[in-house]
Amino acid sequence: MTNQATLAIDDSTRGQAVTTGAGRRRSTPKVERVNWSATTILVLCAVTVLLPLYVTVSMAFKTQGQAVDGNAFSFPAPFSLDGFVQAWTLTNFPVGAAMSLLVTAGTVLATIILAAFASYAIVRNWERRLFRYSFFYLLGAMFIPFPVVALPQIQLTGRLGLDNPFGVILLATMFQLSFSVLLFTAFLRSIPMELEESARIDGATTWQTFWKLIFPLLAPMSATVGIFAFLYAWNDFMMPSLIISDPALQTLPVRQNLFQTQFSNNYHVSFASYLMAMAPAIIAYLFTQRWVMAGVTQGAVKG
Amino acid sequence: MSTITTPSSTSAAAPQKQRARRRVEPIFYFFLVPSLVLFTLAITIPGIIGIFFSFTNSIGIGDWDFVGLTNYIAIFSDPAILQSYLFTFGFSIVTVIAVNVVAFLLAVGLTSRIRMKSALRTVFVIPMVVSGIIIAYVFNFLFSNSLPSLGAAAGIPWLESSLLANPDLAWVAVVLVTAWQAVPGALLIYIAGLVAVPGDVYEAAEIDGASKFQQLLKITLPLVSGYVVINIILGFKGFLNAYDIIVGLTNGGPGTSTRSIAMTVIAGFNGGDYAYQMANATIFFVVAIVISLVQLSLTRGRNAL
Repeated sequence: MTNQATLAIDDSTRGQAVTTGAGRRRSTPKVERVNWSATTILVLCAVTVLLPLYVTVSMAFKTQGQAVDGNAFSFPAPFSLDGFVQAWTLTNFPVGAAMSLLVTAGTVLATIILAAFASYAIVRNWERRLFRYSFFYLLGAMFIPFPVVALPQIQLTGRLGLDNPFGVILLATMFQLSFSVLLFTAFLRSIPMELEESARIDGATTWQTFWKLIFPLLAPMSATVGIFAFLYAWNDFMMPSLIISDPALQTLPVRQNLFQTQFSNNYHVSFASYLMAMAPAIIAYLFTQRWVMAGVTQGAVKG
Repeated sequence: MSTITTPSSTSAAAPQKQRARRRVEPIFYFFLVPSLVLFTLAITIPGIIGIFFSFTNSIGIGDWDFVGLTNYIAIFSDPAILQSYLFTFGFSIVTVIAVNVVAFLLAVGLTSRIRMKSALRTVFVIPMVVSGIIIAYVFNFLFSNSLPSLGAAAGIPWLESSLLANPDLAWVAVVLVTAWQAVPGALLIYIAGLVAVPGDVYEAAEIDGASKFQQLLKITLPLVSGYVVINIILGFKGFLNAYDIIVGLTNGGPGTSTRSIAMTVIAGFNGGDYAYQMANATIFFVVAIVISLVQLSLTRGRNAL
């Protein structure tokens, strides 16, 4: 959204005010003083963030001999793909990745569609009691932690034949719904009615108005809602581990847990496996940063 | 919250009459009802079933009888459950403090005149997007292999044994990894708060001779206090559900010293006491509701955010 832009503008004006104030040079053109000590401290802090990720990458490319020599921080010499080859077959990576992809894609799509549908209906019929109460009802899941309802959910999904990735999609979507409806309704309230009225004068039905006008307008919010559903579904361990009963259908994070004992001391295999499971989320984040950052701020302020 | 006026009820003169005449288009029910039905099926009904069975002696399958409050009474004298509550609350409080101190200082740094601002911000957010259990396995390796060998090489005796094997200190590792992952969320919220502080208040303070540290304490902190409240409550609510990271790091051990409430519920269920753990989950639910109500009362009327 526009969030990033405001951040950037505010940053620069704020810095300007501080420097001019400090130097008492309000009339002369300001000299931008870079705070080198703060920069240095922050770079050191960034290293502590990156260190575990560096260890993951370097361990993954080591040979078995180098992986067990006790020095986690050394550079891989020689570079070896043995860890990836072994992890690929041991954890049946292609199936795990397919399951993670299925759960993630299903959760993202279902969350965006259901939340956008419900939010549009709620905002346009706010004066109706049913729609107004539905809003608060759907928001209720924000107050219910998954562990509280997990045990009956395990039983119910088992009885309904949903003890598989589709059950996880259903439950994950329902837990994402509150946050998503909150973001969508806040955004929909800011869309002027006149836009829709002109579409209706042109003879568009509500269904057409939604798909041709409203849904495209919601795109930046859908991006935020989608990336959060993606991160949740791709990374979650607790829900799939409890709901999916067949280990062969498990997602990537759960597979790391299932194969933990079989990795034993083959650290290059385990770290290659971790890296393959982690990388897609990090790559997705690097391409969608602005929506991730906007989503955190909006979710907190509106929640 | 703003109320939305619909096209047919824009004439404020006779809203009552208009409302009575206008029918809701059926398509809006089609938009709303699937969410309501699935939500009820996936969350509300399991919740009601769970609370219902917490008053029985069910083991999850087969016959059961009502036992009244027996489960609840037993929970309050069950040392394993009391310990999990003690651990989870203690761990959550320490983590909330650690996360907020670190995130606030980082946010102050990231909004000052520094180089590589956007690159640094990108890096600091990465922990938020990695899987909790996987990064816990990475830290598990660092705590149990790398740190001890570093300690041995440097001749620091207390570092030589794994933090994770020490029943008195394993919780510190859980705090460190949870904080590592939770800082970015709090950081982004603080950045949003800090850039909203107008620059001229600092200018005025500067002229009055306030030091940078005084400015931070007397101006910045009070002005972002609303964001502090939000971060503390959001963080606390999240940490009470701790599960993934603990499974990867200590799996509740050594012994049961780092077993969280969520782990107790799941482990007890796997051990066969369904109704008993549902009573435990119901108490946990009440705790979560109380915290949410505190959140609502503290954040209501803070529209200045």
